[in-house]
Amino acid sequence: MATFLGINLFGLSGQLLVGLINGSFYALLSLGLAIIFGLLRIINFAQGALYMLGAFFAWMALQYMGINYWAALILVPLAVGVVGILMERYLLRPIANEDHLYSLLLTFGLALIMQGVFTQMYGSSGMSYAIPDALKGGTRLPFMYLPNYRAWIIVASLAVCFSTWWMIEKTKLGAYLRAGTENPAMMQAFGINVPLIVTLTFGFGVALAGFAGVMAAPVYSVSPEMGSNILIVVFAIVVIGGMGSIGGAILTGLAMGVVEGLTKYFYPEASTTVIFMVMVIVLLVKPAGLFGKEA
Amino acid sequence: MKGGDEKIRISDLHAFYGESHILHGIDMWVNQGELVTLLGRNGSGRSTTLRSIMNMVGRRTGSIVINGNETIDTPPHKIAHLGVGFCPEERAIFSSLNVEENLMLPPAVRSDGMSLEEIYEMFPNLYERRMSQGTRLSGGEQQMLALARILRTGANILLLDEITEGLAPVIVRRLGEVLTQLKERGLTILLVEQNFRFAAPIADRHYVMEHGHIVEEVMAHELEAKSEMLNTYLGV
Repeated sequence: MATFLGINLFGLSGQLLVGLINGSFYALLSLGLAIIFGLLRIINFAQGALYMLGAFFAWMALQYMGINYWAALILVPLAVGVVGILMERYLLRPIANEDHLYSLLLTFGLALIMQGVFTQMYGSSGMSYAIPDALKGGTRLPFMYLPNYRAWIIVASLAVCFSTWWMIEKTKLGAYLRAGTENPAMMQAFGINVPLIVTLTFGFGVALAGFAGVMAAPVYSVSPEMGSNILIVVFAIVVIGGMGSIGGAILTGLAMGVVEGLTKYFYPEASTTVIFMVMVIVLLVKPAGLFGKEA
Repeated sequence: MKGGDEKIRISDLHAFYGESHILHGIDMWVNQGELVTLLGRNGSGRSTTLRSIMNMVGRRTGSIVINGNETIDTPPHKIAHLGVGFCPEERAIFSSLNVEENLMLPPAVRSDGMSLEEIYEMFPNLYERRMSQGTRLSGGEQQMLALARILRTGANILLLDEITEGLAPVIVRRLGEVLTQLKERGLTILLVEQNFRFAAPIADRHYVMEHGHIVEEVMAHELEAKSEMLNTYLGV
């Protein structure tokens, strides 16, 4: 067995990989939350439920319509995005001028309803979704066996996260988004249809959760609780990274996945709490978050 | 002076922020190519008049015709597309965008806006600092940027709110030159101004506001004759 300074390299790299995969999901979900919070100032508690919805949509599409994984990877985020657009337009917009607590409670309630509906329909035991043929098997690396699908998760989510970051930071559309975050009234005065941008942004933010859901379907069991389980951790990550920072959300998501993986190796008892401990420390030392701007 | 080529005609305009009634029946107009100022003390309703034209106040009633279009029920994001450019008192430079991104942000509202080259020729400082974060500029540069930003869109009706406020005399003089150039190009300008000495030589007409009413209309050539009355209203 390969060891270095008494560390089992197989075990360590295995946990590191699990950490990176979890981190990829954290990054996708916290990125969506950060985009939505940036422009709408809404803390979307339904983000986890929409991630669950993405996984279920993928499962249902395959089961009932024979739509395969690759098609689902495109269609499901679009479908979840449409759900988000309807949510914004008909539920969130009417309370847009109320205290932010209202939208938080509304999205929290929606999450519970979605979770309840799926528990009622499919029970809570969870469904399995097969890994697509093209990504079955794995590659033997010096210290570990790397399943192809897990490598795909990391590559695909990094690609989506980076493209999103690039779109927001480097393009004209992104400039609208950044400027709209700062001063929506002035954007309107320039002749930009801000309500439309708000709706599309919300749709895009939740589509990211839908995408994460499809990616997750083959590795985690597709169950109604999958969203609420991950969301608590994702909120801790958003607090650590700082609300509203796009790059910060991505980096913190990945980093916290890795931190969790390392803890699982070195001190497994703490692996489920380590992110919350980091959160407490960050809140004490830099309350705006690692990448957040001090108010 | 009435009729002819009216760019803005406001009739019986009332504006409200929540419960407060700010404008009490404003009547005024601005003709094509005119530079008109709104004078008055702070809180007299001058900025609110501009913001009402942009539909940026809580509620407004009456009539605002821009370029022949009634806009009292027009949503805010459609006003600019009638050829209106608004430069707010706080300048509203976006700190998350650099100078050039700030310049390029507002969509073109007419086809004959100034090109980036022309803008940089008119405001060489902006060219030198085009990659700086918008809010890192000096106050004067930010004001130039706020003005340049709407010139690029092709807006030919400019609503400018206190553009000389807090700026050094040399910058104020430069802004005066720029406004004169814009007027020569045929642009229509409605200017809210505290600095009467800045406004007097370049304006065609002045409206004096007090407590949300227009209390006087003064032609450029009447300024001297009415200076005593103006001093009373403006408290200078």
